[in-house]
Parts: sequence; structure tokens; C-alpha cells
Amino acid sequence: MLIIGEKLSIIAKRVREAMMKKDKGPIQEIATRQWKEGSGMIDANIGPAEDGGEDLMQWMVTTIQEVVPLPICLDTTNASALEAGLKVHNNEWGRPLINSTSNDPERFPILELAAKYNSQVIGLTVGKGGLPADAEERAGIAAEIMARAMEYGVPLEDIYLDPLVLQIATSQDHAVKVIEAIKMFQEMNDPPMKTVVGLSNISNGCPKHVRPILNKYYFLMLMNAGLTSAIADAHEMAEALNEKKLLDDVLAGKEIDDAAKMKEIKKTLDVIMGNTLYAHSYLEM
Amino acid sequence: MAFTPTKETYAGKVYAVTIGTGDRAVTFGGENVLPFHSFEGTTPNRPLIAFEIQDVPPSDWPENAQKAFEGVSDDPVKWAKYCQDELKARAIALRLVGTHPDRENRSPEDAVKTVKDVLAAVSIPVIILGSNHAEKDTSILVAVAEAAKDRNCIIGKAQEANYKTIAAAAMANNHKLIAMSELDINLSKQLNILITQMGFDKERVITDPMCSALGYGLEYTYSVMERIRLAALTQNDVTMQQPLLGDVGMYVWKVKETTASEADLPQWGSAEERGIAWEAETATALLISGAELLIMRHPKAVAAVEKIIEELI
Repeated sequence: MLIIGEKLSIIAKRVREAMMKKDKGPIQEIATRQWKEGSGMIDANIGPAEDGGEDLMQWMVTTIQEVVPLPICLDTTNASALEAGLKVHNNEWGRPLINSTSNDPERFPILELAAKYNSQVIGLTVGKGGLPADAEERAGIAAEIMARAMEYGVPLEDIYLDPLVLQIATSQDHAVKVIEAIKMFQEMNDPPMKTVVGLSNISNGCPKHVRPILNKYYFLMLMNAGLTSAIADAHEMAEALNEKKLLDDVLAGKEIDDAAKMKEIKKTLDVIMGNTLYAHSYLEM
Repeated sequence: MAFTPTKETYAGKVYAVTIGTGDRAVTFGGENVLPFHSFEGTTPNRPLIAFEIQDVPPSDWPENAQKAFEGVSDDPVKWAKYCQDELKARAIALRLVGTHPDRENRSPEDAVKTVKDVLAAVSIPVIILGSNHAEKDTSILVAVAEAAKDRNCIIGKAQEANYKTIAAAAMANNHKLIAMSELDINLSKQLNILITQMGFDKERVITDPMCSALGYGLEYTYSVMERIRLAALTQNDVTMQQPLLGDVGMYVWKVKETTASEADLPQWGSAEERGIAWEAETATALLISGAELLIMRHPKAVAAVEKIIEELI
């Protein structure tokens, strides 16, 4: 399981300020912590970065790789910022990953970059027409992305299919559909296609204390379905892996010693699997 | 071989709620099947339609809705008695719309007087509604809940922003409570949980997932109600087993199809018939999706829906 550290995102205030001021300190501190916590790659999310995206991405890639011997997941919709980042990426620490192409024609040129710089690339299974309705639609879009990757000369082993995790608080039925999609994606090639999720979106909009609980058990459910990587909080995922046996026992119908933990797992599984309707206070019911 | 229809069995049941007092008390809800699926279980009570009246004359209603209450709607007491005695209403819903700060901005004392006068004039159950101004409703509904103590009314609407005060007032004065959220099933469930976590009996809550008129988002209300009913019945979700409210009249009698005149749109036919049909259609759709309580305006629309209920139940 590859954990791609999610913390270096322009959405976070501290990170955004450091990016604006080109202050290396916070960026390197966060990157180092994520590496120590078990990340195998660091996501650098600079947003759409319409102005000065090239400089910013180069600065992020070099700033992170100065202190952390890991490859970077270059996360922006700006193709020229991606290219600038790929040019300076230190492949000694592993091959970079582009986040992301999709079935939207505007995102096709990103495959050219992947081929040119021998980079891996995430294929987000959305089209121009909006969000996919179910697992089958995700698989259909995945097939189109795969065909296009081959046209552009990107090997299928370099594609990470992303089924697009949606918020459980507003799109509960998609939690199961994403798990199904992860299973379907693997069957689309031999060797199985690699998969990735932006994990913490599952709990976006949920109360603060509920978020890590949903993140952890959703991660484990996806892992059981064959997920190969996640953009996530490495610390949280390490905790999740420690609880994997507990979750698997509950799934197998066994009693576990910690009654409170068992309740928490059962209620969270019920919400993920759509057996009970989500509400912010679901753990208290 | 005789035909045997397939029957579903459901794990849950909708709470039966009784409002009013004495021999005019009315019960709705209580079924353990989807709406009108009486062949699969029991539907002990028919849905309840309450006539909407308000504390100030209905100058904001379209002419064809106003006309039905000509001569009585200048006074809420006359209006209430007319609904009870002439229209044979089983319940009325008194909307204190005149308390809204952008309207007449009537005070809690004014509202209390109206409520007391109306309650003294009728023996049928009364639903007491604020003006949907979250802040003003707290002072209004607290005052009127006390004024209506022990008449077993429904007080509403409690929303996320004001539920604590309003639920406490309803609880202290033995009323039922409407919990309203805005077309979001998860927030609807959450509000029910928060209200019951205050110690409010979950079987005294009526859920309002927010209404919308035919052609103006009815499908959203329909879908949320349907999903709430399925959660209540198939998942036995005790936080979703409250009866559902369709506050139909106020959403219907402001859309183009009920307000446009025949002079402007002659091709649409009789404006009066059009308005009545629009209200009856909207109400019927919500009954089929799960509503047990409807608040409606036009007597002819109410009569049409009562007839449909009679045929389907």
C-alpha cells in the first residue's frame, strides 16, 4: 500500500501562506513529518495555479526533495506548471506521479506530459458530463482513459485509476459504489490496474471528531477491495493498519474485546455500506 | 390457480401522533407499510389535511385562493370557525406570518392573543406555525406554546438555528413539534437526533423535509420523503419514523401556474381551476411519497385530495 502524503495542499492556510511567501520552513517540516509517518510519496497540491504556477510547482518539488528522499505527486490542473515540475523532479527518489488526467478532453494533453517525462499518472474517472452515477459508469470511463493512454504511449502499469471518492454526508450511496469500482478497475487488465483514492474527501463536511474514524475504516474497506494507494494522512493510515485485524474480525462476525471499539466499527461500517442513513451524530445513536 | 400478489414485509413502523383534545382529537401516522400499501400491513389512520389560516388577512395570497375565504379571512377567529363549521376541517394550521419582521412585525403579545382567541373559538386540533424567521420565531413560538398549553397542538417550525428554544417550549407545554430541514435527508435525520438528545420524545416530532411545488422542485421533496420512509420502514431507523409534513399551500400559491391571470395566459385556461389542480396535484404526489400531514389552502383542492385518499386507503 502506497500512502501519498496529503498535507501539502493549498487549501490548508499554513501551507498556502508558506507557498505565497516561498517560505521553505513549514513545507519541509510537513513533508518530513509525512515521510517519517510512512508516506511513500508526497502530494504537492498547488491548486489551479493560473499565475506563476510553473515557478510555484518547481519551488515545491525542489523544496520537498531537498529534505525528503521521495517522489512527488504533482497536483494541479495547470499543464505547464506540471511540465515545469516534471523538469526538476529528482527521479533518483522514484518516478513522479501526475494528478491527474480524466475523460475531459481538456485533460488529454496531460497524457502527453506523462509519456514525455516517463511519469506515472492518475486517471480520474470523470468525464466532461459531471459525476459518474455508479461503479459501472466509473469503469466505462476508466476503459476510455486506458485506451487513450495507450494512444499517447503511456503504459497501463503507469496509470493509477481514481474512482473519485465523494462526501458521505451528502452522497452516501457513492461510498459503496467507489468500493465496487476499485474491484472492477483491477479486473480491467492483467496485471491488475493500479488504483488510488483521495481518501479524506469521504469525511469532508463531517464533524471533526468523526473524520478520522470514517477515514480509517473506509480506507480499510477499500484496502480489502484491493486498493493500491491512497492520498491520505499517513499518521491516520498507520493507525488504521493497526486496527485492521479488529475490522476484519467484525466483518467476519466475531466479537472483539473492546466493546466501545466494536460499536464504533459496526456503526461506521453500516454507514459506509448504506445500511443506515448517515447523520453527523451517527456514532451517538 | 388463484393470483397471489407479492407482498413486502417491513421492519419498521411510522409513529402514530395524536393532536388536539377530547372527541375532536385526531391521530395520523401509525402505518407499517409504504403509503397506501394497506394490502401489505396496516394503515390505521388516514393522512390528515389541515386548512391553513393566518393571523393577518391573506393579502399576499393570489386572488383565487383569497376568494375562497372572502368575508371571513379578515379575522382569524371567523376564519378558523368557518373552516371548522362550514368546511368540516379536521384540523387547522394557524400561520403567524404577520409576526415576520418584514411583514407587520407583530409582537409575541399580539401572537398570543390571536392564538388564544382561535383556540377558544374552535375545538378541532390546531397547528401553530411561526413566520419561518428563525430568530423571531423563537420569541413568538415560546410565547404561543405557553398560551396553548395542554391543547396538544403542533408547534413549528424548529430549524437547526433555533430548535433548542422551540423544542424546549413545546416540551414544557405538552405539544408536538415540527422539525424542518432544507431538502437534505442527512440533515433531517441529524435534526431529529439533536431534538431527541434534548430529551424530547421522538414520537412527538413531525418531520418537515421542506416542501416544493409541482414544477418547482417537487421531485426533490418527493425523493427525500420517499427515502425517509424507506429508511423508517426497511431499515427500521427510529430517527426517521416520524410522520412527514407537506406544507403544500404556501409553496403552491406563489408559482406562476397559480398566480398568472387568464388575461395574461388565456391558453392556460381557467385560473381558478388551474390553481386548485396545482395544489391538489402537489399534495397528492407528496401523499404518495410519504406525507401523513398536509397543510393546504383551497377548499376544493382539499376536497379533491380527500377523495383520492378515500379511494386509495
